[in-house]
Amino acid sequence: MRGIRLLALWIALIGLPCAAYAVQPDEILSDAKLEQRARAISAGLRCLVCQNQSIDDSDAPLARDLRVLVRERIKSGDSDSAVIDYVAQRYGDFVLLKPPFKSSTLVLWVTPLVVLLGGLWLALRAGRSRMPARATQDMLTDAEKSKLDELCKRDA
Amino acid sequence: MIVEFGHFALVLALLVAMAQMALPAWGAQVRDSRMMAVGEPAAVSQLFLLLISFFALMHAYVSSDFSVANVAANSHSTKPLIYKMSGVWGNHEGSMLLWVLILAIFGAAVAVFGRNLPATLKANVLAVQASISVAFLLFLLLTSDPFTRLDVVPADGRGLNPILQDPALAFHPPFLYTGYVGFSIAFSFAIAALIEGRIDAAWARWVRPWTLLAWMFLTIGIAMGSWWAYYERGWGGWRFWDPVENASFMPWLAGTALLHSAVVMEKREALKVWTILLAILTFSLSLMGTFIVRSGVLTSVHSFAVDPARGVFILGILVLFTGGGLALFALRAKDMRIGGLFAPISREGSLVLNNLLLVTAAATVLVGTLYPMVLEGLTGDKISVGPPFFNMTFGPLMLPLLLAMPFGPLLAWKRGDLAGAGQRLMFAALAAVLAVTAVYAYSNRGPALAPFGIALGVFVMMGTLSEWASRVKLGVAAGDEVLRRALNLPRSSYGSLLAHFGIGLMVAGIVATTGYQEERIVVMKPGDSVDVGGYSATFKGAAPARGPNYKEDVAQFEVTRDGAAVTRLEPSKRVYDAPPQPTTEAGIHASWRGDLYIVIGDEQQGDAYAVRAYFNPLVRFIWLGALIMFLGGGISLSDRRLRIGAPVKRRRAAPVAAE
Repeated sequence: MRGIRLLALWIALIGLPCAAYAVQPDEILSDAKLEQRARAISAGLRCLVCQNQSIDDSDAPLARDLRVLVRERIKSGDSDSAVIDYVAQRYGDFVLLKPPFKSSTLVLWVTPLVVLLGGLWLALRAGRSRMPARATQDMLTDAEKSKLDELCKRDA
Repeated sequence: MIVEFGHFALVLALLVAMAQMALPAWGAQVRDSRMMAVGEPAAVSQLFLLLISFFALMHAYVSSDFSVANVAANSHSTKPLIYKMSGVWGNHEGSMLLWVLILAIFGAAVAVFGRNLPATLKANVLAVQASISVAFLLFLLLTSDPFTRLDVVPADGRGLNPILQDPALAFHPPFLYTGYVGFSIAFSFAIAALIEGRIDAAWARWVRPWTLLAWMFLTIGIAMGSWWAYYERGWGGWRFWDPVENASFMPWLAGTALLHSAVVMEKREALKVWTILLAILTFSLSLMGTFIVRSGVLTSVHSFAVDPARGVFILGILVLFTGGGLALFALRAKDMRIGGLFAPISREGSLVLNNLLLVTAAATVLVGTLYPMVLEGLTGDKISVGPPFFNMTFGPLMLPLLLAMPFGPLLAWKRGDLAGAGQRLMFAALAAVLAVTAVYAYSNRGPALAPFGIALGVFVMMGTLSEWASRVKLGVAAGDEVLRRALNLPRSSYGSLLAHFGIGLMVAGIVATTGYQEERIVVMKPGDSVDVGGYSATFKGAAPARGPNYKEDVAQFEVTRDGAAVTRLEPSKRVYDAPPQPTTEAGIHASWRGDLYIVIGDEQQGDAYAVRAYFNPLVRFIWLGALIMFLGGGISLSDRRLRIGAPVKRRRAAPVAAE
């Protein structure tokens, strides 16, 4: 038990139970265009038994099965999104490295925008009261003057 | 005996830290100088005790004392000496000991070098610093004791994970932790300022060197980790948006923002309240990173719930310091009035934009990293948040940041002239346009936007040259005047110029290697060649070999370019003795143009091997850029103003210091 926990800690520390040697020569499709599509799709699908690796990067047998599956679907004429839907239907959203946009992931997707706009709003609000035009513009206090002199002296 | 000694020193350190937490803070409250004076010797003796404790553990590792549970679980008698030493922090308990040791180093450094700090501020800073020590020493002693003995001593240890047996990774954690933990100083200063209810430009001047130091080490620590991942993990990538990487990247983003807002505060007394908040948030993200890596939530929310002692403890520390800091901020911040005024288009304005974008980026990384864990904890739904999410959200935030970067330093304080700055950047813009054309001419194979990404890096790099030129009045003033100005430009200016240049170099490298990487995956028999990136690599065969604590199959590749011999690469597949785990060792030929990168896979029929060959264009620029940023930080740190400290003090000390 302790051993397992230590192993888990190792994995937590470095995050890679799966060694890195992924796409095998025999998997590659002869059509370079299709192969390129397969690679792009694979990069967005998670290796289910690894820590944070795509099936394109993982040499786990399960990842290999998925890569072969992706290539089979592509060969049979599926579009990229059809392949991804097919895999997601069988393995769940967990397999998608780019989480789908839906109610449970709403917070995830909108957070960056909310933080950005909220921050912008705060900055503008705080900034409006800081515009020099609003203050007595050319009047320096004595303290500011002496500070200015000091600054000028130092930078000269 | 030495082990017990180390354990005892750890307990003593806790007691000293408790005294350091209570007495100086109380003394500052009642203005008792004797109580305040406890802080300094306490901080130094705390460091001394933790050094004893740390080296006691290291002694156990080096002498392979397997009666210590931690050593038995993580070391092995045949391991090379350097990895016996680095094994100390290659595990949970030891790395937490390193964590508190570095915390104590920073605390003692404030005690020793902060002699010109006002007495109450210093006392409060040391007390807050000690409170962090107390929390983590309790965590160590109660849940993660590195000195536990075993009843039955095993014949040999279980060994260090082989992929950690690597020089870059051996020194990666100390650098990273120095960065992480260094932000505790900014936090302690922020809390002390809130307690005192007083904050001014001098405060920023005291905080900035510590923040800069922490930032430098975090930068180089992250770069080392990425460099290690590049050559050790074996598929030519350098960054994976892994939660562990994100854990150190979040404080880096916030710390970079803090570094910039502290400049505004120091020069213009503006953004005071915000800088305090940012100092609290930056260290909170360091704690968050520690929580993510150390609690076990990463492996699964489930395992966290099954064995919660450590996770809950760190979560408690995180909540206590973040929550406490923010609560104090909410109570006290409104009493602090804003300082200097400025127009939106000004140096201050550009630094606000910098802060806005960097903090949003940090928030994005935070939510992306935590979301899967929180969602699973709340609803049981399992989702993944991987590189596609981060590229989609993080990239668009960096674009305006990089575009604005050369403009900021060219704007005047208070009210800037955007058109004037644009004029002075004409040369940089021209260079960027040339870069787009040159990249298109070189290759139209990559993504359509890649040339613009490289041009952005060029724009940033050339922008720093333009800034330098305009500061020294190059081409305007006479030659000796230019020279005089170049020599008189403060080191902190050269530091920031270098750091910005490093960013530009890094961006160019990232885009080039992401957009234009070439890859060949082939089965090769001896005598076969593969062409990649202008090189031709011929497989000469593979042979087994034996290292100090591993077996390996070493492949031989002869590399030529345009018919001329370039080098001989020997990628290998290793299996370590303890624990028996395979690793791949890449064969890498580095040049300015890019890296040829070869790894071998499984042996196929008839002496053939599966081979992956990559060409990673300009990939070295990524780490070179980070190194330049580190050096820039160092040059800025050596600036006289930062060493001397507060301006008030300096004026008073001027007659003496005129030596």
